[in-house]
Amino acid sequence: MCGIVGLYLKNPSLRPELGALFAPMLTEMSDRGPDSAGIAVYRDAEAAEPKVVVFHPDEAFDWDTVASGLAARVGDAVSIEPVANHAIVSGGASALALRDAIFEAYPDVRVMSVGTALEIYKDVGLPKDVLARFQVGGMGGSHAVGHTRMATESAVSTEGAHPFNTGDDLCLVHNGSLSNHNGLREWLSTHKGIRFQTENDSEVAAAYLTWRLSEGASLSEALEAALVDLDGFYTFAVGTKDGFAVLRDPVACKPAVMAETDDWVAMASEFRALAGLPGIEGATVWEPKPATVYTWGRA
Amino acid sequence: MESIDLASTTTRDLNARLQSEADGSNAAFEVLHPGGRHALACGLTAPIAVTLRGHVGYYCAGMNQNATVTVHGNAGVGVAENMMSGLVRVMGDASQSAGASGHGGLLVIEGSASARCGISMKGIDIVVKGSVGHNSAFMAQAGHLVICGDAEDGLGDSIYEAVIYVSGETGKLGADCEEQPMTADDRQTLTELLARSGIEADPATFRRYGSARSLYNFKIDNLGSY
Repeated sequence: MCGIVGLYLKNPSLRPELGALFAPMLTEMSDRGPDSAGIAVYRDAEAAEPKVVVFHPDEAFDWDTVASGLAARVGDAVSIEPVANHAIVSGGASALALRDAIFEAYPDVRVMSVGTALEIYKDVGLPKDVLARFQVGGMGGSHAVGHTRMATESAVSTEGAHPFNTGDDLCLVHNGSLSNHNGLREWLSTHKGIRFQTENDSEVAAAYLTWRLSEGASLSEALEAALVDLDGFYTFAVGTKDGFAVLRDPVACKPAVMAETDDWVAMASEFRALAGLPGIEGATVWEPKPATVYTWGRA
Repeated sequence: MESIDLASTTTRDLNARLQSEADGSNAAFEVLHPGGRHALACGLTAPIAVTLRGHVGYYCAGMNQNATVTVHGNAGVGVAENMMSGLVRVMGDASQSAGASGHGGLLVIEGSASARCGISMKGIDIVVKGSVGHNSAFMAQAGHLVICGDAEDGLGDSIYEAVIYVSGETGKLGADCEEQPMTADDRQTLTELLARSGIEADPATFRRYGSARSLYNFKIDNLGSY
């Protein structure tokens, strides 16, 4: 069992409050996943500077040396802002180039997210502690997805926590388990050159969508294709730089509920995570149908 | 009417208060701010009336006996699961497995129900004003499932002796489920169920579905067990 939540703000004036609205949603899902938690926040869709969020278990890790080392490798100024045991690395010509330089030069540094708007923070521990560690309640942004994990497929670790990001600004959270992830991981890795950081089945789903998007598919098209190519149980919440989507497998045994007002659209594993949102009394509340792609924004 | 506000009361205290009513009590309760919490108004035994004002979480009104529980909102997974008797009414939609394993009583869903509505039902009657999701009445043993709208694929899969009435479209029927002739008795049963539910629908528009009795060892001598 896991808990997943997503919040997409339709009214831009709410953006400074994204974290304050989102953090209680994730905390409410603690019973569904007390092992670890993670959040993906889209800070600013207009931002253009490449940004990679990285993790090192040592909070005293020397990020300054990493910054100068990376600057030499990418031939541009690189800045690093530590956030607990994570750090935001920005600079260079492209986020993927920055990521590759990190992979090459600092193999013990884990890449959490790559893009221009997206920041992913995740760690082991209770959701409320993880949220406090990264000060998520104070974050602004346009949309966010989050996950509380009760591990089934792989170890309880920071790397194994969701959300997963495998390319520019795409992220995915997953409640369920995939049964064909090993074959698909092998295929994506061998034939499409996608680099995996974990043994987790959900990372394969994220990588699959990244590959489809890189081939020119829209997020909706990529998710329609996922219905054919992914085997297993899943409710997904997916974010892109300017889009948000929800998909349940055809059997729909993993729960999901959605709510929408003029100001926001939200999804969660259970309604109680949505019960505190402003205007919920008048919101349209429904259960997403099996094998049906729901999207908002540019998707 | 006694009002209980879940903004300041725990689920355990609410259920203890409702369960403390004497056997013959017909007291009325109103529950405010349910907030999607699970297991509300469960295990009731007295013929009391409980009105929940808002959306509820999983297993609302589970194991109900005699009580009348009304949800003014949507209900999460397993509303009225294992109900024995009484009436549970959901004014909005119901999530999966509504009325699961119910032995008796009446469950009315004014909106639609999602997958596996009436799974393993054992005598409960369920009336859905809207539509139901896939695999509804899966392994249903006894009772009636009335669907005024449509049913998705897998209706009545592995069904025993429960009876399904559908007014709208059905997807692919489940294994061993077949359309059967609508008899005068069926029409009377359906008319009574619709009347008790307070749901307006023309009984003449419904078709009957039940077990082809080829998947399990049906013996007419055992009919009384269902």
